[in-house]
Amino acid sequence: MTTAVGTGKTVKMEILRQDTEGGQTRWEKFEVPYRPGMNVISALMAIQQNPVTADGQKTTPVTWDMNCLEEVCGACSMVINGRPRQSCSTLIDQLEQPVRLEPMKTFPVVRDLQVDRSRMFNALKKVKAWVPIDGSYDLGEGPRMPERKRQWAYELSKCMTCGVCMEACPNVSEKASFIGPAPLSQVRLFNTHPTGAMIKDERLNAIMGDGGLANCGNSQNCVAACPKGIPLTTSIAALNRATTVQMFRNFFGSDHMVD
Amino acid sequence: MSKNHEFYWRRLHSLLGIIPVGLFLVFHLSLNFTATGGEENYNNSIGIMELVPHWLLLIVEWVVIYIPILFHGLYGVFIAFTATSNLQRFGTFRNWMFMLQRISGVFLVIFIAWHIFQTRIQKALGADVDFNMMEEIVANPFMLAFYIVGILAATFHLANGIWSFLVSWGITQSKSSQKVATYVTMIFFVLLSIIGVAAILAFV
Repeated sequence: MTTAVGTGKTVKMEILRQDTEGGQTRWEKFEVPYRPGMNVISALMAIQQNPVTADGQKTTPVTWDMNCLEEVCGACSMVINGRPRQSCSTLIDQLEQPVRLEPMKTFPVVRDLQVDRSRMFNALKKVKAWVPIDGSYDLGEGPRMPERKRQWAYELSKCMTCGVCMEACPNVSEKASFIGPAPLSQVRLFNTHPTGAMIKDERLNAIMGDGGLANCGNSQNCVAACPKGIPLTTSIAALNRATTVQMFRNFFGSDHMVD
Repeated sequence: MSKNHEFYWRRLHSLLGIIPVGLFLVFHLSLNFTATGGEENYNNSIGIMELVPHWLLLIVEWVVIYIPILFHGLYGVFIAFTATSNLQRFGTFRNWMFMLQRISGVFLVIFIAWHIFQTRIQKALGADVDFNMMEEIVANPFMLAFYIVGILAATFHLANGIWSFLVSWGITQSKSSQKVATYVTMIFFVLLSIIGVAAILAFV
């Protein structure tokens, strides 16, 4: 990659650096050649090619995570000018300069802009965010899903576990055990699926444990921040109703099975 | 707190905030409002309490007021301090309400503790709770300001608490129902504040 376009303009950047997990942080300033249509990742790539700060000091290349580069994998999320979002779909032209990049500190920072989102993946395991179809024999076809329901559920399925809602949530942090909005909405998604719904009581009971659904404080930042426009707060409110019913069913119900 | 029961504690916290604590607040401020009808009117209306046998009043006070408020307050402080404010980054209406709910809650723990000390504990020590007592308290302008802020914090905390109660129990799910609930609870906040502040000003 060259900077052959030669616009002469530069992009001012400030990046919060951190060498090791739990290590000291420091701000470093950079100035990279501007190219039309740049996104935050191409600016980071320019730094990687020439890891020199704005005042001419040689430094280590900035590290970050990325994968799909089209806002569907969720790996490249970071805090850009104060807002958590994907660095692939964030265009330099639409940002105020200097562009300030920070890692999503609600997660453990691995290095520079790289974070460890394990807690989200563990949460998905905890709530059984899948459709169970494995058996010792062929289970055959499952029930059909109404088309309108499928279209609606598709919106919930757009979640890419990017962590933006977790970063935006005031109740997700190291000092709180809250599972966070994304895994909760997945409970609603898989409880909607006709086959997935066969274990819906297990999912509801999973989010009725410590750090579960009830730890939501209704700040509604998640729905404002979600890059995919997933109705996270509606999911949470719908689950609130489902768990209210489940709570009574657990105690007063004649059995604890689904339906 | 036993393991894996957080959901039930949180739901209990939400419920107690409305029943009985919220109902008690409405009742309390309404009774205070009789002070706007003059000293005699107020003394007569709170005199009704004296008709209730002392032992029964104590049981009702503990079961309906002290224990629920103590649980709601202490558990609420725990909830408030597990939050991390990010208003600078997300200055949305709901995020403000989220923070104000926590700030007003923590303030109310202090205010209510002081208020109980100044009235109920003094009564237990032999003082008479009547118009005169409140008149003397709010004669101090700092106390008057403290009480007005306390009343507004309480009415806000209840009104916004009703809003989150409706969400937390899954009653208002859709965006539009939550919006309507916002308007209704905020009108409730204004009306209850008028009643509460008019009452305290009647003692000035």
